[in-house]
Amino acid sequence: MDTFLQQFINGLSLGAIYALIALGYTMVYGVLRLINFAHGDVYMLGAFAGFYLANAFDMDANPSVLGTVGVTIGSMAICAIIGILIERLAYRPVRHHSRLTSLITAIGVSLLLEYGGQVVFGATPRFFPQMIRSQTYSVGNVQITNQSLMIIVVAVILMFGLEFIVHRTKIGKAMRAVSFNLPVARLMGINTDFVIAFTFALGSALAAVGGVLVALSIPRIDPLMGLMTGLKAFVAAVLGGIGNIPGAMLGGMLIGLMETWISATSYSTFRDAVAFSVLILILLFRPAGLLGTSVTEKV
Amino acid sequence: MTLHRLAVLAGAFVLSSTFACERRPGTSEQSTTGEILVGMYGSLTGDGASFGQSSVEGAQLAVEEINNAGGLLGGRRVRLLVEDDQSRPEEASNAVTKLITQNKVVAVLGEVASRRTLAAAPVAQKYQVPMITPASTNERVTQVGDYIFRVCFIDPFQGEVLAKFAFNDLKARKVAVLKDIQQDYSVGLTESIQKTFSGLGGQVLDPVSYSSGDADFRAILTQVRAQKPDAIFATGYYPEAAIILRQARELGMNMPILGGDGWVGDALKNGREALKNSFISNHYSGDNPDPLVQNFRKAYRAKFNRDPDSIAALGYDAAKVLGDSITRAGSTDGPKVRDAIAAADVPGVTGRLKMNASRNVVKPAVIEELQFVDGNVKYVYKTTINP
Repeated sequence: MDTFLQQFINGLSLGAIYALIALGYTMVYGVLRLINFAHGDVYMLGAFAGFYLANAFDMDANPSVLGTVGVTIGSMAICAIIGILIERLAYRPVRHHSRLTSLITAIGVSLLLEYGGQVVFGATPRFFPQMIRSQTYSVGNVQITNQSLMIIVVAVILMFGLEFIVHRTKIGKAMRAVSFNLPVARLMGINTDFVIAFTFALGSALAAVGGVLVALSIPRIDPLMGLMTGLKAFVAAVLGGIGNIPGAMLGGMLIGLMETWISATSYSTFRDAVAFSVLILILLFRPAGLLGTSVTEKV
Repeated sequence: MTLHRLAVLAGAFVLSSTFACERRPGTSEQSTTGEILVGMYGSLTGDGASFGQSSVEGAQLAVEEINNAGGLLGGRRVRLLVEDDQSRPEEASNAVTKLITQNKVVAVLGEVASRRTLAAAPVAQKYQVPMITPASTNERVTQVGDYIFRVCFIDPFQGEVLAKFAFNDLKARKVAVLKDIQQDYSVGLTESIQKTFSGLGGQVLDPVSYSSGDADFRAILTQVRAQKPDAIFATGYYPEAAIILRQARELGMNMPILGGDGWVGDALKNGREALKNSFISNHYSGDNPDPLVQNFRKAYRAKFNRDPDSIAALGYDAAKVLGDSITRAGSTDGPKVRDAIAAADVPGVTGRLKMNASRNVVKPAVIEELQFVDGNVKYVYKTTINP
């Protein structure tokens, strides 16, 4: 029973990581119908931005919660700017071409960030400074670290925050209008370029939060870290229903639990295969995802 | 008709491939004057960067000492050409091909990770250029061919040392093993630990697998915890070992955790306080009062401003064995140098380097306890175990 509960907690901790990244995927898709494959790599850049900021303030020797919040905000700002630049330089020029063009551009941006990252940061894995010292809480024989707990809590807060922004604010209304029909939204006087840039900035800032928090809990970072995690988060977003914010959360948690469960059996090395089998099954049998509603394409 | 054609084609193919095989670069291309070029390939970047840097630094120090002492073969200087394989096996074999065919090196030093040495060794064997690996402990490495040597002990011995230490000194009776299925080193070491430990009368739980690059081991560790082992072996390399240690301690698993020489790498220090109660088998101890060891430490410190790890010591020894062998061969001719390495018997900082018939050296291993002191790993000598 202890083992089962522990694995459940392990699964939630892992799932929260996927959920954090899936939130950004799903939001950009919800507004632009663009699968931003570079999202996982922005998450990587977020971790590296946090790495350099934390080292600049020598946070490893002087851990503090306030400093961690500061580093996270700094990393969010850097990634938001990167997100805006990516949108301006790579996606906007092809926005009026077919959706496939954007998709291929997204893959190109992703590869650029991964291999550009190897040139700039080096391929050697770095270890993230411990801005908050790891602490373990035990209930009976079930353990959870403060860092895992933080990831779960932050993921839930961000989910509600995003829901609030999209459904309760003026800019959220504009985002939904752009998502509904871009040319008409522009005719109605909405600055669509600004709304889209804002969407990317927000999504990238979310990825940065994920990058910093995950690096705190699993301190190994390298330029390719966004590749597999990003793909799994994408699976999570599709599983929950891409474009659906609570769906991203649910999908992330389910993928995390599933992976943990597979790892716990003697088939641990099939873990990645299972995640992607889920993607295929979902696309075959419920393409709209668990929480998504299938909408017929408006003409 | 078609059949006939096929046969002719097949015949032509066989002929051409035999011919291609025979066009090996002759050793006559080696000049007999000027610098002696020695190739070295290593993981200077990527997952195993610490291995590459340490082994290359060790070899550089040895080459510098050889040159300061007047070079080889009547004053010819030695130049070390270093290629980075980015911690990737396919790049390792490319690097060795380049060193041999383009740079025309007389011998090759490297790699540390067995998987990459296994990928590159067939190239050196094919061109009949001697290769000495400083630290690849997998048994199969020197079985690739008679041009492949090593200056470290092998995993069947290392596994035995670890298993005996866990059984006799730590009094463990039930142990778990974590293995990295992508690394020949980890797979080989796991087999040998299983064999020795059960031979001693202990119980080895089914090995649990992971892959290089994994970062979340909580699920497999929780499974291991449920089986209540007295000790755990983590047979992979240092980047994963650091995280395994941390996550195991976070899960309240405070039993001894043991590893092989693959744990020796700078990133191990990220295990921090979790390093407590962990042990490794290693090639040499920096605490050894032997003047050879202490002089090496001093020279290394002066040149690189840090303490040498065991991989650096092996890189140094590999280059020294090669230098000594070229002197005894009296030539840089591949087969002659090969024969000289096979007959090598020199004192090294990691022990006596005497090649046996399988081109391995037989040396004692040390067990070290790890401590985390002032932000760094401290290797504390525990005991020496002889073969």
